[in-house]
Amino acid sequence: MTEKTKEVNFLKNHLVPKHELLSYNEAQELLKKFNVSLKQLPKIKQDDPAIKHLNAKRGSIIKITRKSPTAGIYFYYRVVI
Amino acid sequence: MSKVSSIDFGVLSPQMIKKMATVKIDKAELYDPDGYPINGGLCDLRLGVVDPGLRCRVCGATAGNCLGHFGYLELTKPVIHPIFGKHIYHLLKITCRKCGRLLATDEEIKGMKNPWKEIYKNPRKKCPHCDAEQKRITFQKPTTYREDKQELTAEEVRERLERISNEDLKLLGINGGRPEWLVLTLLPIPPVTVRPSITLETGERSEDDLTHKLVDIIRINERLKKNIELGAPDFIIKDIWELLQYHVSTLMNNEISTIPPARHRSGRSLKTLAQRLTKKEGRFRGNLSGKRVNFSARTVISPDPCISIDEVGVPLVIAKNLTVPVRVNKNNIKELRQYILNGSDIYPGANYIIRPDGVKKKITEENKQQITEEIDIGYIVERHLKDGDIVIFNRQPSLHRMSMMAHRVRVMNYKTFRLNLCSTIPYNADFDGDEMNLHVPQTEEAQIEARMLMAVQDHIRSPRYGLPIISCKHDHITGCYLLTKKGTKVPKKKAARLLMRIDMEDKATKDYDGKELFSLLIPKGLNIEFRAASCVGCKKCLKENCPYDAYVVIKKGILKSGVIDENALGEKKGKLLNRIERQFGPEVAKEFLNKVSVVALEFITHHGFTVSVTDSKLDPKTEKKIEKLLEETNKEVEELVRDYKRGKLKELPGMGKEETLETLIQKKAGDVTDKIGKIVKDSLGETNAVIMAKTGARGSFVNLTQTCASVGQEFVGGKRISRGFTGRTLSHFKREDMGLKSRGFVFHGYKRGLDPFEFFFDAMNSRENLMDKSLQTRHSGYMERRLVNALQDLIVEEDLTVRDSYGTIIQFVAGEDGIDPAKSDGGKVNFDLLEK
Repeated sequence: MTEKTKEVNFLKNHLVPKHELLSYNEAQELLKKFNVSLKQLPKIKQDDPAIKHLNAKRGSIIKITRKSPTAGIYFYYRVVI
Repeated sequence: MSKVSSIDFGVLSPQMIKKMATVKIDKAELYDPDGYPINGGLCDLRLGVVDPGLRCRVCGATAGNCLGHFGYLELTKPVIHPIFGKHIYHLLKITCRKCGRLLATDEEIKGMKNPWKEIYKNPRKKCPHCDAEQKRITFQKPTTYREDKQELTAEEVRERLERISNEDLKLLGINGGRPEWLVLTLLPIPPVTVRPSITLETGERSEDDLTHKLVDIIRINERLKKNIELGAPDFIIKDIWELLQYHVSTLMNNEISTIPPARHRSGRSLKTLAQRLTKKEGRFRGNLSGKRVNFSARTVISPDPCISIDEVGVPLVIAKNLTVPVRVNKNNIKELRQYILNGSDIYPGANYIIRPDGVKKKITEENKQQITEEIDIGYIVERHLKDGDIVIFNRQPSLHRMSMMAHRVRVMNYKTFRLNLCSTIPYNADFDGDEMNLHVPQTEEAQIEARMLMAVQDHIRSPRYGLPIISCKHDHITGCYLLTKKGTKVPKKKAARLLMRIDMEDKATKDYDGKELFSLLIPKGLNIEFRAASCVGCKKCLKENCPYDAYVVIKKGILKSGVIDENALGEKKGKLLNRIERQFGPEVAKEFLNKVSVVALEFITHHGFTVSVTDSKLDPKTEKKIEKLLEETNKEVEELVRDYKRGKLKELPGMGKEETLETLIQKKAGDVTDKIGKIVKDSLGETNAVIMAKTGARGSFVNLTQTCASVGQEFVGGKRISRGFTGRTLSHFKREDMGLKSRGFVFHGYKRGLDPFEFFFDAMNSRENLMDKSLQTRHSGYMERRLVNALQDLIVEEDLTVRDSYGTIIQFVAGEDGIDPAKSDGGKVNFDLLEK
């Protein structure tokens, strides 16, 4: 292939939901709200392409804003491992 | 009684086998000529008791209490345990043939994660410990080992395994056992309780398969012993030894792939140890995961529109066999005495009583008088099933919770279960020979629990889509439509007949309008507006002034306008039924459904309703029009084909030439069918078939179009029919004919009849659909099962999170919106209703 591969920012793709890093306080509040420990949250890998640019540390929580067919928008939280 | 703290699985050592055993077995005969068990035979009395009345010679317990005792058989020559063939092979390969040490240096082993696997993968030519040459060992399933084509006997194998040191075994991960135990020298003989013999009516004894197999083993064992003692030539001994190995192997598992299964005289293969455990009927799947139950019945079902949706008609014979235990108290003692006096034959009677000390007594003609007097408070009487009892009714496959619901009993004549037609939907039952199961809960708790959680009326709304699943069908819907459509008059006399069926004849005070009569059934205070199924979808809806009377308005329980059809009462659609259930509760909804279905059926019966060919008769003008339309389309398609052949056809984006042609032709074919459908819909009057189609009772306009006008394009594999001969579908067409006719377009309707080509294409399509349907149901059924198994221990917690059994969150809000579909209106929340 002679064609140059274009660099695509997939984060802008509509199928990639918004990933945000929660602050320490927000994270503590979340754990309290659901009465869970970090172990009981869904996980996300540190090198997941969708959060690479956030430079998240292990144990921090990522908030994901997803589109939902039933609820419009839906928040999901995942722990970085 | 002490608690089990741990279970250890391992291999029996010969010492253990001897220790477990109470008898040494060495005789192949079972009984002496008098029919008495031989000492040292396979039915030795010390192996346990099976005959009632006798006491065990070892433990003194009676039959049923004595679990039985093992015996043992001394094998003349050792045999390989067939199940551990591969393990033995590996052990032989990874240890030195001479000194028995592992074929690796100590240092190498230290660095290994899994010495067994790693040594096995890198075979050595020389032992690092004693420098002995290592010959290649091969393994032939299930029990043959060869070293350089020289067969190893079980004795030799055992000797080699004995040489492996305990330290080396630890390194391999073998704890608490010796590898030489995998070569059997003693065979444990299972107790007779494991393999009971059956006495036939003729008095003959028929032994268990396992006993037969053990007899074979003992017989061969004896023969081997004798031959060795006589000093028979080696090859004879080897033959007999092999035979012994075969018998022991088949005792463990009679379905080893490389060896022929041992057979009965009749040719049926024997059911030995492994066969008792595996497969669907085996111990695990058949006895542990699934059990048989008492107090259940099964027969054919048939319809009964006269019973309530939460009732089930139970045949008298079944009611006399199934019982409910009732504890005697001062209020019911009189009634129960009468049941006992009636006995087990006269209904309503009783079959057994249970005394306070737990002794169960059968009620017979002789003792019923005495039992009647004996009975007192605290006794339990097992009385016949009677009207109003709660039972659980079920039809397989039980795919959702509505497949098992609690019904009230109605004892009836004849021999089928009777079921209301509205209740067939959740069971997916019909009456072409379907059978259903019935279970009687035996304790008060179970009965109440079933009544509160499983009652039919509590399942009117499906938890899957939040709309009625127990609802009206077919003639119910047609009947309601005919009753409520514009201009239906119900004179006083007729109204009385209809209302009589639902005990409301006192309301028959005047001549009724159809809508007025239907309003009598609707609970007071109901307000709802919705579109009926017969709504044609005008651009601007005129609401209650709808010219088609398809806009339903109910105010304060009075039907003001609109017809009642599938959208009011049908499955997955019934808005009216749904609202009644929501606003007035399941009991009212149940009564409503009962009344509506009875009145609808009564009305349609008096009205008369039938379908005939005339229902799909078009006037000659319309027929001409359709014919012309088809002709035009045919020409257009021919035009397209011509263009294509000349290369004039312009490709559509993303498609090749052939694809473009196909797409265009398919579009043309689809368009005509749509156009014809519209014409048919407009030109057919309100015939009975049309009524059914538009109210959603049965059939569709597509069906009608196909009957009276044209069937349209037939597909196989998602494409127009193109298979058959080279370049054509049938030899009657020209090659490369891409026209409609030759590629499976059916110009005729079913009423006119198809020509032979069309018939053939139609059959191709039908066949594919039939196959797809049956394959699809099986496939998706299994997929659903796997999904449900994967999700079954997820729970929606109080805070609406979905969690697994570790408390790990799977979903932060159940269903992402936190709505329980079972409590919703079709998956949505109706806020107007919440305000009230």
